[in-house]
Amino acid sequence: MSAQDVLVLAEIRGETLDAVTLELLAAARGLVSATGGNVGVIVLGRDGAGHASSMGAADRIIVFDDPQLSTYAPETYVAALGELLAAERPRALLIGATSIGWDVAPLVAARLDAPLVIGCIRIMDGEGDLRVTASFYGGKMLAECRVTGAPAILMVQPGSFRPASEPGKAEIEIRTLAAPLQPGAIAFEQWILPQAGDVDITQHDVLVAIGRGIQQKDNVELAESLAQALGGAVCASRPVVDQGWLPATRQVGKSGMTVKPKLYFALGISGAPEHQEGMKGADLVIAVNTDPKAPIFDVAHYGAELDILDLLPALTEAIEAKRG
Amino acid sequence: MNIAVVVRQVPDLIEPLEIAPCGTAIDLDAASFILNESDDHALEQALLLKEAGGGTVTVVALDSGDVDNTLYTAAAKGADALIKISQQDHAPRSPRTAAARYAEAVKPLGADLVLVGVQAHDELDGALPPFLAAAMGLPYVGVIRGVRAATETGAVIVCKEFPGAVMAQVRVKLPAILGILGADQPPRYVPVSRIRAAMKSAQLSECEAAAPQREPLVSVVRLVPPAPAARAEMLSGSEAEVAARIADILSAKGLVK
Amino acid sequence: MTTVESHDGKRLLEQLGASDYGKPPLGCMQCGLCAATCPLGPAMELPPRKLILYAAAGNLEPVLSSPALWMCVACYACSKRCPRGIELTEGLWPALRDAAMQAGIQPPAELQETFQNVLKYGNVLGKSPRQRLDWTKGLDVRVLDLSREPRPVDVLWLVGCYPSYYPRNQVVARAFARILTELGVSWGILGARERSPGECDRMFGEEGLFETLVEQNRELFDKQDFGKLVVLDPHAFRALQSFYPRFGAWYPVQHYTMFLAEHLEQLRPLIVRPVEAVVTYHDNCCVGRRCGCYDPPRELLQLIPGVKLVEMARNRDDSLCCGGGGGGMWLDAHIVAHGGQRLSDERVRQAAASGADTLAVSCPYELSRFEDAAKVTGLEERLKVRDIIELLAESMELGERSVS
Repeated sequence: MSAQDVLVLAEIRGETLDAVTLELLAAARGLVSATGGNVGVIVLGRDGAGHASSMGAADRIIVFDDPQLSTYAPETYVAALGELLAAERPRALLIGATSIGWDVAPLVAARLDAPLVIGCIRIMDGEGDLRVTASFYGGKMLAECRVTGAPAILMVQPGSFRPASEPGKAEIEIRTLAAPLQPGAIAFEQWILPQAGDVDITQHDVLVAIGRGIQQKDNVELAESLAQALGGAVCASRPVVDQGWLPATRQVGKSGMTVKPKLYFALGISGAPEHQEGMKGADLVIAVNTDPKAPIFDVAHYGAELDILDLLPALTEAIEAKRG
Repeated sequence: MNIAVVVRQVPDLIEPLEIAPCGTAIDLDAASFILNESDDHALEQALLLKEAGGGTVTVVALDSGDVDNTLYTAAAKGADALIKISQQDHAPRSPRTAAARYAEAVKPLGADLVLVGVQAHDELDGALPPFLAAAMGLPYVGVIRGVRAATETGAVIVCKEFPGAVMAQVRVKLPAILGILGADQPPRYVPVSRIRAAMKSAQLSECEAAAPQREPLVSVVRLVPPAPAARAEMLSGSEAEVAARIADILSAKGLVK
Repeated sequence: MTTVESHDGKRLLEQLGASDYGKPPLGCMQCGLCAATCPLGPAMELPPRKLILYAAAGNLEPVLSSPALWMCVACYACSKRCPRGIELTEGLWPALRDAAMQAGIQPPAELQETFQNVLKYGNVLGKSPRQRLDWTKGLDVRVLDLSREPRPVDVLWLVGCYPSYYPRNQVVARAFARILTELGVSWGILGARERSPGECDRMFGEEGLFETLVEQNRELFDKQDFGKLVVLDPHAFRALQSFYPRFGAWYPVQHYTMFLAEHLEQLRPLIVRPVEAVVTYHDNCCVGRRCGCYDPPRELLQLIPGVKLVEMARNRDDSLCCGGGGGGMWLDAHIVAHGGQRLSDERVRQAAASGADTLAVSCPYELSRFEDAAKVTGLEERLKVRDIIELLAESMELGERSVS
């Protein structure tokens, strides 16, 4: 293990390898390309070894085998990572800004008294130091940072790097910990899946997404009318779901659904990174917001600085007229 | 259950952010401050737990901005005690030093549960709830939407939010810290007259908590407003004109059937 | 949350009776005129007389948790008709709404947001105070921002939230600025420091918020040297004329129709071209029914050559409310969900039936409410909605120069 090595935490939930893992590998590859060093991916729990073939971009796949790691728990994950990092002392550990990442990255950083940066979108070598660009203030400001000390714990915004495709050497190492992990105070009990029966927004070609700008529950029907005219479905950003105006299955974003429709209307949505994560892949994005500085306009193809409550009826009418 | 809630004031994003002359920080004098949204949810969750099972809610904040108003609002909503941590120095508040301060103020409370909002948009080189957990030596899990007491005492059942509207049901033995994303219901409204009454009747105790001085491991070289590689083509005109233009664009792409 | 005890109902009504908001509610004789005259009465599970009946009997809980509590649009029809002179609109409804919120009952989410917006930003729309002057950009007359350059003026004009921020209403604000200047009036505004007078918050039951706004506005007004306040919003007029003095904050105030009507003879020579329109005037509830000001708006309209004034069947004290007061601007969803109708839809039908091609208004809410209603009822082509200020400005050739 060299001081230039970079480690990446694989994000595995049940049987799924989250795509962010491949983005992290790409970021890691980019970093070692300047300095030399190996890219290692950490898999917690023996069952995760089954994903090895997808993680070809790594040079090493380090699989931790401990019965306690078969389900996620912050304490056991942090104990395992803590032990590994104390032994290996890589330059950096990259973790996706996911539900697990938000627990594990800061806890590991605190445990090791290591530097932490959240919201990373760019990671580069800066002659000995790490140069990291991070997004904060809801995506309205970027900080270019210098990180001193190793290992640097970097929480990476999903969607910031193109998933790695070049293969590495990918040798698998199975490791056990110095002592078996003990269960902690926090225990995973079960997954709660969403209610079936509602609309599956991931299957729609056309989505009309509404945010705070919709203002009242009553106005949701304006979006429904537009969706109907286009043969699509209504979805929403988190604030609308928080208010209970639409069910959680309609939520688009980091903690909701990821969608890749042909057409995505972002109406009254500011477009903070958490939302962008869920809809960046759309073919055509049209955003409407009264704030010209709203980050949503950075990922939209077309935009208008209008009030959605005025535009929606006009737009529905214009579409209906086209249909003839 | 005795619950401590940590609340923070953050710059209000309704105003455009201005970079301070030094170039490495936001001009905090030019910003207006509001209660951090997920801390508001943390407070709501604490109040719901108290209403369901009894106990007390203590709200803790660092002295900054309009924090008094936030604390009195919490009292008006049902918080039992308010603690304001005074700051003598004006060093930039990094989550690590803030965590050390909060830990000093919260430890003596002997709370069963500490609730903190899981995110604050001004955080860059840290996250308060897990750092606070490490400083207090308490177990931590975050991104929580919904907390209820378990049937046996000394534990809670929480829902940890995952993508696709999937939740993980997690059992947490107390004492512990939780990073709250959302409460079981949206933060409640309290009439202004109650807040004004709280300003007269509620006790706000102050304490001091030192911050360990240390060299930052992450330093900001410069702040830059995001300059996107691509940006939307902006359509201008009246609603009718823009609507017609969009309809044309969609029609040309075969999206209008 | 505190539970409301049943005997509180009677005590609440007694307290209301002892205050100076009209005659004691306990004098209600259950005649039902209020319910019959209320435009939303049929949809209310508990119309005013039943609210009093239950409360007086000590049964306050169903009153406070009834959705009817959030259906009053403050049109004053019931108060006008009540043979016992009970102040229902300004007394009973706000008191019951306040009692509900004190008891922990959550008002509709849309209203909560309005309260938060006014408290944080001083306007109901939740917009940044710094953008309050956006309406003056490119304006061809000088706007004196008294918060930056205090000096004595005859008129301190409180522009209002909608005219400051909402594009459709900003047109009216600019026109009024030009008219005031043309008249040679010495006037100024409070710029970014202007805050909502809080009239709606009081009517929604947020007495505490209203008190806070009175204090903030007093501080602003007392720093200035002015002859009178002029407002575009009838609700603001009512609040400043009637509620502020109860807190010892007394300022001479006029609604713009009253102010301009006083300047009729100065306006007359400034009218340079006709406006060909058949106009019907909608009497708004505050300035009209509550304050009895029916003639000044009509006098202004009749000043304009080419204007033919016709009356709707329901006019003056019998006018039908647009549905925007008392929280109505934000409660359409709630009202419709509980079987009520959008009153503005009915009112534009009445306007069209009068033979008019133009519906003239003098309240900022009415512009958007009636224009929406005209679209919804398919009357958009037949009926234009204009503020009196816009019609006057057109005839004085002081309308918008650029295409907006």
